Amino acid sequence: MSASPRVVVVGASAAGLATVEALRRKGHAGAVTVVGAEPYGPYDRPPLSKQVLAGAWPPERTRLRTPEVLDGLGAEWVLGDPATALDPLSRTVATASGRAVVGDAVVVATGARPRTLPGQERLKGVHVLRTLDDAAALRADLLDGARSGRGRLVVVGEGVLGAEAAATARGLGLDTTLVGPQRVPMEAQLGPLVGGLLADLHRTEGVRLRLGTAVAGIADSGSGRVRGVLLDTGEELPADTVLVAVGARPETDWLEGSGLEVSDGLVCDAHCRAAEGVYAVGDVARWHHEGLGRSLRLENRTNAVEQAGAVAGAVLGDERPYAPVPYLWTDQFGAKIQIHGLPSASAEAEVVEGAPGDGRFVVRFRRGNRTEGVLGWNMPKQARQWRREVSDAFAPPPPVPGSPVAG
Amino acid sequence: MKITVDEDKCCGAGQCALIAPEVFDQRDEDGVVVLLDAAPGEEHHGAVRESAQVCPAAAITVDEDA
Ligand SMILES: Cc1cc2nc3c(=O)[nH]c(=O)nc-3n(C[C@H](O)[C@H](O)[C@H](O)COP(=O)(O)OP(=O)(O)OC[C@H]3O[C@@H](n4cnc5c(N)ncnc54)[C@H](O)[C@@H]3O)c2cc1C
Ligand code: SF4
Repeated sequence: MSASPRVVVVGASAAGLATVEALRRKGHAGAVTVVGAEPYGPYDRPPLSKQVLAGAWPPERTRLRTPEVLDGLGAEWVLGDPATALDPLSRTVATASGRAVVGDAVVVATGARPRTLPGQERLKGVHVLRTLDDAAALRADLLDGARSGRGRLVVVGEGVLGAEAAATARGLGLDTTLVGPQRVPMEAQLGPLVGGLLADLHRTEGVRLRLGTAVAGIADSGSGRVRGVLLDTGEELPADTVLVAVGARPETDWLEGSGLEVSDGLVCDAHCRAAEGVYAVGDVARWHHEGLGRSLRLENRTNAVEQAGAVAGAVLGDERPYAPVPYLWTDQFGAKIQIHGLPSASAEAEVVEGAPGDGRFVVRFRRGNRTEGVLGWNMPKQARQWRREVSDAFAPPPPVPGSPVAG
Repeated sequence: MKITVDEDKCCGAGQCALIAPEVFDQRDEDGVVVLLDAAPGEEHHGAVRESAQVCPAAAITVDEDA
């Protein structure tokens, strides 16, 4: 490939922006076109369930770069025009408005979209939370409800997004219930020790927990508005507003017919390459993590940026595999939680610093003598220091002598 | 080069302190970024630019001309 390949990036959010920036940082001076479905320039999603939902930040504050900085990147931004198809052989991206954008390399950065419950789209008062528009709609409904005495919110889904949004809504004074099939919030991800502490925190702050019960559906008031959430037990939880936070699905529908392999994400090799000249980055990418020896797809903000660095490198001919230590954070009530690595529910979890009773501690997750992850609860710096143990577990096998050093 | 950090935006991710430990540190109690050197020498500029772009909270601003 030439030293200045023409690059087409599909998706104008965290991963897409970071790819452009990493290309330029690495000296790429060729043409770059970014195609984005949303009408907005790149903005940040983590604040949507935190500061934006809480009203602490105006939505504009989520903007990731000023217009001047974006201009300085010298890329062409085609916004509000979703890509509809990709031909990997000619590396042509077709868009909804009829454009055909051709590149030497195409980077797929289309992220993920929320999963939904059957029938929810038809009902007023039922929300998902992924975009700025989603956050504005949810916040408006919550404020409206609180004002008019219809402030009962049910959050469906006890994963990280559901737990976090429930905490933020409770902070706004809403009558908030969190429902889901696990026994404690984030149990599948963090296990019973940390999940139990999260449950305690939510309960103390006044969130009602209806966990260990699957959701069967959403009840209609008859007038097109939500009336409640139906549980598997046959019970109905009354609700004025419902947030459905039951996970996200990688945005790969537009790749149908491209011949590329899609399996819970666009499938890539260790260099985030899906086919010759086609790469994936961010929430949409499933790539082979050489340190773990298996494929992985991460939905977190840091990965979007780190993987972009690897993809930009790969586009420019750098042959290092992408093998990061995953990193995720979440803020719930006063707790700032940081997770390095990939803890799992069945790992042996042990408090190694601080104490849960003091609201500041570090938990280490081990399996045999391998540290799968560490979690800091109001101890970010200390958690970062424990990260070293995790790094060993994620390191790829040493490179063959003579090839570039991984790092 | 002149660096400014927005403590209010910082989520304590610590990416900056991993990439440019001579320039950024984190407060012990909440992990918020501590700017050790607002005008670091040439040899740190690459790492500082990378920190600013990688920072998940877009909390680091670099003024190249100052
Ligand atoms: C409410 C919320 C809170 C979060 N909180 C945290 C947190 O605390 N910590 C953390 O680490 N992570 C968090 N995340 C996850 C983090 O925001 C994502 O991992 C990150 O946004 C992924 O970036 P991305 O660019 O890969 O995907 P996205 O941000 O999903 O961006 C994909 C973009 O591609 C566009 N697109 C989709 N289809 C097309 C198409 N066909 N053509 C053109 N464009 C298209 C989309 O419109 C979108 O703008 C949170 C996410 C949400 C939604
Ligand atoms: S990388 Fe950004 S968010 Fe993380 S500690 Fe540094 S300034 Fe704060």
